[in-house]
Amino acid sequence: MEIADKELIAEFVVESQEGLANVERQMLAIEAAGAQVDIDQVNAVFRTMHSIKGAAGFLGLEQIGNLAHRLEELLNHMRNRDVVATSEMVTTMLSAADCIKDLLDAVDSSNEADISGHLQQLGTFLPESGNSNSAPPQTPAVAPAVIATEFSADSPNNEPIALTDAVREFLIECYENLEQMDRDLLALEQDPNSTQLLRGIFRTMHTIKGGAGFLGLSGLEQLAHSAENLLGKLRDSALTLTPEITSALLEAVDVCNAGLQAVEHPAAASDFQPGPVIERLNRSITAKPQGDLSPRSPAPFKPAPTAPLTQPVKTESAPAGATLAPATATPASADAATDKLQDTTIRVDVALLDKLMTRVGELVLARNQILQRTSGLEDVEFVRTAQRLNLITTELQEGVMKTRMQPIGNVWAKFPRVVRDLSAQLGKQIRIEMDGKETELDKTIVEAIKDPLTHLVRNSIDHGIETPAARRAAGKSEEGCLTLRAYHEGGQVNIEITDDGAGLNIDRIRKKALEKGLITAEQASRLSEREAAQLILLPGFSTAEQVTSVSGRGVGMDVVKTNIEKIGGTLDLQTRPGQGTTIKIKIPLTLAIIPALIVTCDGDRYAIPQVSLLELVRLEGEQAARGIETVHGTPVYRLRGKLLPLVYLSEHLRLRSASAQSAEENAAINIVVLRADDRQFGLVVDKVNDTEEIVVKPLGKQLKSVAEYAGATIMGDGDVALILDVKGLAVASGLGHEIRERTVAAEDKTTVEAGGRKETLLIVDVGDARGFALPTSMVARLEKISRSAVELANGREVIQYRGDILPLVRLSDVVGGSPVVANDAEMQVIVYDELGQRFGLIVERIVDITEAELNFAIDQGADHYLLGTTVVQQRVKDVLNLRNLARFDRAAGPGLLCN
Amino acid sequence: MDNLTQQFCTFHVDNLFLGIAVQQVQEVFRFQQMTRVPLAPGAVRGLINLRGQIVTAIDLRTRLGLPDRPADRAPMNVVVRTDDGAITLLVDEIGDVQEVHADTFERPPETLKGALRSLILGTYKLPDCLLLVLDTNQAVQLTAA
Repeated sequence: MEIADKELIAEFVVESQEGLANVERQMLAIEAAGAQVDIDQVNAVFRTMHSIKGAAGFLGLEQIGNLAHRLEELLNHMRNRDVVATSEMVTTMLSAADCIKDLLDAVDSSNEADISGHLQQLGTFLPESGNSNSAPPQTPAVAPAVIATEFSADSPNNEPIALTDAVREFLIECYENLEQMDRDLLALEQDPNSTQLLRGIFRTMHTIKGGAGFLGLSGLEQLAHSAENLLGKLRDSALTLTPEITSALLEAVDVCNAGLQAVEHPAAASDFQPGPVIERLNRSITAKPQGDLSPRSPAPFKPAPTAPLTQPVKTESAPAGATLAPATATPASADAATDKLQDTTIRVDVALLDKLMTRVGELVLARNQILQRTSGLEDVEFVRTAQRLNLITTELQEGVMKTRMQPIGNVWAKFPRVVRDLSAQLGKQIRIEMDGKETELDKTIVEAIKDPLTHLVRNSIDHGIETPAARRAAGKSEEGCLTLRAYHEGGQVNIEITDDGAGLNIDRIRKKALEKGLITAEQASRLSEREAAQLILLPGFSTAEQVTSVSGRGVGMDVVKTNIEKIGGTLDLQTRPGQGTTIKIKIPLTLAIIPALIVTCDGDRYAIPQVSLLELVRLEGEQAARGIETVHGTPVYRLRGKLLPLVYLSEHLRLRSASAQSAEENAAINIVVLRADDRQFGLVVDKVNDTEEIVVKPLGKQLKSVAEYAGATIMGDGDVALILDVKGLAVASGLGHEIRERTVAAEDKTTVEAGGRKETLLIVDVGDARGFALPTSMVARLEKISRSAVELANGREVIQYRGDILPLVRLSDVVGGSPVVANDAEMQVIVYDELGQRFGLIVERIVDITEAELNFAIDQGADHYLLGTTVVQQRVKDVLNLRNLARFDRAAGPGLLCN
Repeated sequence: MDNLTQQFCTFHVDNLFLGIAVQQVQEVFRFQQMTRVPLAPGAVRGLINLRGQIVTAIDLRTRLGLPDRPADRAPMNVVVRTDDGAITLLVDEIGDVQEVHADTFERPPETLKGALRSLILGTYKLPDCLLLVLDTNQAVQLTAA
């Protein structure tokens, strides 16, 4: 095989694969439309198959050509509305298309492949008459004279063709091809015996003819057809190339160009006059190689007729127009040529874009440094220049980032096929809806989410959406719906995958997790629905009753979650029984440049990625002195009543101890509230500076082992600052352990507490001498509510709380005794919110927070409202079991719980 | 220069006279401000901004198990190319580029002890002193402190 052929084949493979990628989508649309099929869609597929067939023929790839031919035949019937696409037919066609893809992948051995099965299957769909050998729409060799007269009916007064994507594609392709043909024709003139050049030219003309035919551009089609006939004769050596023939062909190229532009700009339609050229081409075919020019001397040294040919034909120079076609070049059409579609897109190597991105990153840094140095400068001119540099750099950064952006639709494009195949396999009816296809993401991120998204989609089809029978039984339409949604929000991209299926079966998840030993029975019973739903994100979890080929091998959601988190994203899961499940993914737009909060600690600056940042808290004066409490040496801060564990950055980085710090600065305390997984913690830093766009640079391998850092960046003044890894920091400071347990299950604290560990206790009283203690670990929030806010519902006291109804329990009712009726307008409420239960405990007063070991002198049963009795601060206190208090029924009387 | 002679960039660390093949050295420059890296292995002195590249600085004194440099002596930077990008080695003082002949090479003495043993490829016997050849790839391998 010649090198040139190899190149051609490689090109053919790439082009065909691209074409086939679209075929899937188009076929699905065709199937969906059924009898109301959109002929344009069929044409598009037809065209792809036709090109493949044609090219495969030239390249001697018989089997690919045969299969494409059979598909083309079927499509032709579809186009003529002889056959209507059925689901079965589309399946067969898609599998044939897949087969072509496979053959293309192994193109060298494609001729040995056995495709008889596909051919036979496809054949069964062909109507009887055309079953045997219906040739592709080969136009018979029409008498030239007929064409010449016929074309005139095809004046460009036809309806202008809508510029759909398919048309645009065709135009771009043709422009490229024509340009190539121009060059090839000139080369052919120098080397008239090159069959390779001839073949190439012939193929291009053939493609244009086909395309023009489908688009209903009969003028263009006839022109291409005549040119093709002429080329065919040359190829078959029935004719020899003469300068006159070359001229005629080149003119045909020009007029083709004009014809294409007429499609693009209907205003220029009158420039397209194919008549004279067609006549000229036909004359060349019929003309015997006689007369003025000897066939053996192709006059390579530019005699008069070839003179215009050496000019770039695109410009349609006046002499060419004058001698060849009466109505080609006008200045207007020359202008129009400059903004042809072909000129507006180019292909660029991604590696080049990556390099550009790095350079821009460095430019951003240099810009930052310059800006910093201009502050306070007198030199107005310089400052102004720096400002301009600033502006341009920002724009450049945005621009370069845009070049790397890809619509998420690129990833989604394959999902309709996935949905179709899987639902057919599983006997389900599923429709896929996509919203926000055009949402753009950095290419690296698009690559990174491809697999996780596919997994989620497969999961939704397999586990999420029920069978038609089950759906009917549930009173839903038989067809399930899978919705993909993507949108930008706050510098991030949100992707939602929603199914309207049965939702997660929480009980089954509990059971499975228990069976697999992921949680204990105790934990399982305590899990709230929301918490239980998160169990499916654990490694080694799968609920499918049967392991199907689709999913259910137990390597699933945890991998998805990990992969999403790897690129700085988060994954959230919401489910409603009977209504479906939504998985929400948040991912950053790009990985290279991120917004970050800059903080100072012990004189050094650190960057915290904004993604993890929740809020900033600043404690001053009195607050600073008293705001931070400790639980057995662990500092905590009450953030809106909820305890927030604190990590002192300086202490954690072993720069100096927290006590030294608090001693030296009695001033303010800055808490950066961060999120790691679904757990929050506060990072105490010396100073919060500002937010900045930073360029993430990797650390050397000497520092890879330090989990606290995610990388480094260069600040405006040229100094290096470390980027903190929030998750690593949380894990390293011991929060990680807790994070994991939190996601698994709310840890069974009661038993641990009974083990004698030190515990932070809230001391409350009910208005008499007795005091009660309750572990703060059970407390979600402390609230003060107005007495007037209390309402009655079904005999119980409730308040409206955070958009929900919160039942209230009065501690005095539980423990008996009559409270002193206080006159305050406000009541102290301890909010319990765990394991799906929520209520507010009204206490008279919160007396204190203290630490004590829970050694129960009297241990109550698991069902009692008390955990037991212990000694706190030299006083005997009953310790409340908040968990059980939720079941307290006021009507039953003090101390009694209902089940 | 035939292929048996080699050029070495030399420098002093405490009382040692060390050398690195010039091909491995990217550049040499004076002390530059750096950002310390808490929790990093002890030999990591910090990070340096080298024209937009972030380069880890490793103090050869610490790496070789030598006493710390007196506070009033600013180290010099020797930037070396390694498999994982550039690393800068902090040394006391830069010496001349020495041309040495393979004949004068000898393996490190068997009795050499301490951290030095694993970091020295061998010695060149110069007329008035010994030049120790530093194994840069080993020198930049650090385990957690």
